[in-house]
Amino acid sequence: MDMKRRKFLKIAGLSTIAGIGAPAAFERLLNGEVPTISHASSQSESHSESEKPTGKRYGMLINLKTFREHQGMAEKCVKACHTVHNVPDFQNPKDEIKWIWETPYENAFTSKSHYYKNEEVHNNDALVLCNHCDNPPCVRACPTKATFRRDDGIVAMDYHRCIGCRFCMAACPFGARSFNWRNPRGKDEKSGRYFIDRATYNKEFPTRMRGVVEKCNFCVERLAKGLQPACVEATGHTKALIFGDLNDTNSEIRRTLSSNFTIQRKPEAGTLPSIFYIL
Amino acid sequence: MYDSKLVITGLAIFVILMTFPLWYNGGNAGDLPKVEKPTNYKQCVEDAAYMRTSHMVLLDDWRDEALREGKREKVKAGDIEVEKSLMNGCMMCHVDKAKFCDQCHQYAAVKPYCWDCHFVPKETL
Repeated sequence: MDMKRRKFLKIAGLSTIAGIGAPAAFERLLNGEVPTISHASSQSESHSESEKPTGKRYGMLINLKTFREHQGMAEKCVKACHTVHNVPDFQNPKDEIKWIWETPYENAFTSKSHYYKNEEVHNNDALVLCNHCDNPPCVRACPTKATFRRDDGIVAMDYHRCIGCRFCMAACPFGARSFNWRNPRGKDEKSGRYFIDRATYNKEFPTRMRGVVEKCNFCVERLAKGLQPACVEATGHTKALIFGDLNDTNSEIRRTLSSNFTIQRKPEAGTLPSIFYIL
Repeated sequence: MYDSKLVITGLAIFVILMTFPLWYNGGNAGDLPKVEKPTNYKQCVEDAAYMRTSHMVLLDDWRDEALREGKREKVKAGDIEVEKSLMNGCMMCHVDKAKFCDQCHQYAAVKPYCWDCHFVPKETL
């Protein structure tokens, strides 16, 4: 037979690949496992109304209208949260730690582009925090289960287990997670200023340590005592932030949601956020 | 065996050096740590023997229950009820870390990293 070794090896290799791959492909096609049309993630995983949810799912409604009427209130919320949770202030955007913060409109709502925009909405910052997603990508990314979704919908963290790999930060589409590049209990070498204000820090809540990721915990420790989250408390009676159970049809948040037009951040990411906005 | 004299003397010196702490102290384990117990309270959440050997297991269990399962109901310790918390539970009675925790931890040469994040009572951060 007139065949070169090179040619023989080529044919042998190709037939092996075909032999291994073909039966599997045929089986899947014949069983109809491959859908003929693929869905975008936001379509296939919408909040289905047919399935009745059970248990609690905490959520929050942020009324940016009220925040625009009360200038300076958003800063108060940030301050309240960061004081209660001993969040360090490194005064450097590179290693900034934030649980709740203000961000320009186009950064918060990236997919909401307008040709003729409402100047007032666009020129005011939006208050953003962890969205406590129903389908949290950070939880799937975490290799140690340091971050997890509780039965009440809160995406919480166990800092003891965090190994600082920062996969969760890469997975979160909202940038809601911060890494402790420095020791939060330390102080600035030049000015001698402590990163956590010693006059106001909360002695009943721990700090974090260098090398762990941290984020908003929806004030689980305050909810356990029957209190509202610190940011909600900071808004007083303005109703700018409404916190409650999204699965309870009679809750204030559900009634407000059904009587107003609200949006979520980046619904196209398919993470099903629990934070809603009135613009 | 080549150089058997050198090898055997070398081994003997090695063994003597490695066991030095054992025979030098003559089996005496040193002064046992003296732990200062809280004066106002008589009873802990579990008996003393269990707490001595397994308090770290209890703390881990409390952490997982409180944090992951949301089971934050208080635990009975004699007449009082204690929060499932190191800072807001244990350290409410055992107020002095240096005279309680550190005594045994130093003796047993263990370095738990609790205090990297948690506050010691009366601590100024």
